[in-house]
Amino acid sequence: MKDELEMRRVLNDTLIELSKTNDKIVVIESDLQSCHLTNKFFGKEYPDRVINVGIAEANMIGVAAGMSTMGKIPFALSFGPFATRRCYDQIFISVAYAKQNVKIVGSDPGVTAEANGGTHMPFEDMAIMRAVPTMICFEPTDAAQFKAAIPQIVEHYGPVYIRMFRKQAEQVFCDECMKDFKLGKASKVKDGKDVTIFASGIMVSRAVEAAELLKAEGIDAAVSNLHTWKPIDEEAIEEAAKKTGAIVTAENHNIIGGLYSAVAEVVAKKCLVPVEAVGVNDEFGQVGKNPYLSEVYHLTTADIVAAAKKAVSRK
Amino acid sequence: MDKEKLAFLEAKAKKLRYDVIEMIGHFGVGHIGGCMSVMDALTAIYYDKGNMDAKDPKKVDRDRVVMSKGHAGPAMYAVLRDKGYFPEDWITTLNKNGTNLPSHCDMNKTPGIDMTAGSLGQGISCAVGMAIAAKMDNNPATIYCFIGDGESDEGQVWEASMYAGSHKLDNLILLLDYNKMQLDGPVSVINELAPVADKWEAFNFFVQVVPGHNIEAICEAIDKAKANKGKPSMIVLDTIKGYGASFTEGVANCHSMSITEEMWRKETGRDA
Repeated sequence: MKDELEMRRVLNDTLIELSKTNDKIVVIESDLQSCHLTNKFFGKEYPDRVINVGIAEANMIGVAAGMSTMGKIPFALSFGPFATRRCYDQIFISVAYAKQNVKIVGSDPGVTAEANGGTHMPFEDMAIMRAVPTMICFEPTDAAQFKAAIPQIVEHYGPVYIRMFRKQAEQVFCDECMKDFKLGKASKVKDGKDVTIFASGIMVSRAVEAAELLKAEGIDAAVSNLHTWKPIDEEAIEEAAKKTGAIVTAENHNIIGGLYSAVAEVVAKKCLVPVEAVGVNDEFGQVGKNPYLSEVYHLTTADIVAAAKKAVSRK
Repeated sequence: MDKEKLAFLEAKAKKLRYDVIEMIGHFGVGHIGGCMSVMDALTAIYYDKGNMDAKDPKKVDRDRVVMSKGHAGPAMYAVLRDKGYFPEDWITTLNKNGTNLPSHCDMNKTPGIDMTAGSLGQGISCAVGMAIAAKMDNNPATIYCFIGDGESDEGQVWEASMYAGSHKLDNLILLLDYNKMQLDGPVSVINELAPVADKWEAFNFFVQVVPGHNIEAICEAIDKAKANKGKPSMIVLDTIKGYGASFTEGVANCHSMSITEEMWRKETGRDA
């Protein structure tokens, strides 16, 4: 079942709500307000707190950093590739190295860029953002989780990268079960004893489906959502490794430098168990609908099932 | 400007240049050329036109100085040290292990530095962001931002300038250190910036071109820039790279050079 609200709407509504008591939040766009609806919602409510710098992402990030030095909490938005690799050095130096409090939102993660194709399809955004010291890297799963996360992102002083699906996500969580949500702490979806599937973003609902299918084949899979890729929840990974003895990672992202890497780094350090990866294998994007591209890049429920079986067989 | 004040400012700029020579001399090598060329403008801002206070370095309504050509860090440090932002003896620590005075400006290391810079083209965007935020908050701060002529090869300089002109950021004063030399050679050979005034006029700036080593002219230009409403300002400082030291002034490769103890002592007349 899909969420009622689009993720971009959740961002707007939550920032509007927070801005009632926090006059420091500003939104900076590079000519994609219509795509993020910050013209219709946040900008309607707080027109003086939105800056549109035009199609100039490097300047957008610098402007955000400069505003941060004056006490503002800027949210700088663009499509994933343009919010990250297009202005990577600006993020690295003007924001992170300068210890500025800028939140960067990269929209349309991975295959969800659909018809915009290879130029607009970030499979590497989290990998490069993970390599920026102090950067928190977060991919919300659904509306309930995103709503719970945004106040914590605002509260945290320091740079945060938010990998945001723009549209209606598949609902996984509810407001009630997100009341204990913590950035950096995995959101457990279901318990299991044979293998743990660590999933992020659009892959979480697929992991839940995969667990159902695995059950029919006698494999009891746990599902956990690693929404925060950095800092990664080492405790949850170690616990899963010890308890289930096998791990699958599922990400709408290149496995090089992504969630697979982040999890494998912990497994190598804490508790060696088989880790199988579902994710994009060192490829560029292309145009196509999400279901088609998910087949092409092996991001489907069936791919997760196959990876889980393989992981279990390697125990 | 009265003669006494002008004499004070000129003497101050000379002293600060000697401090830069000594500071780089203690390390042995550094970006001397571009530090010497901006010193008169820095003196005009910090000792006459600017609103900053070493005793209250973070005061909200202070004027900001962004040294976007971040390799002129030593020029900033000479001023901030003289103003009392940090202890005098830091002069010997430039670029040494564990220092608070790195080659390129770092706001988290050096008291009085308003923005980290060094990757060229970035500071100007940050200055634009500061100007936007100041206007949002009715903060009277003037945002001064130094950029280099070589730095102006960077596309980000023009992204930032276009936005500043388009949005009439009249609390922003850009100062271009137009010394006409960049690391690999003359700006005119590598990537011609002329006609420089026309360029920023076309970006909707109020442009003034001043002799960059005439403090009185720089002060007057800052007054005019502040009085001119509805446009950001560009003050083109017509400068000489390495100005004010016999071994750097007009020397082709003075962007970064070695300075021995013998050289800086002889130049400054400071005894061991």
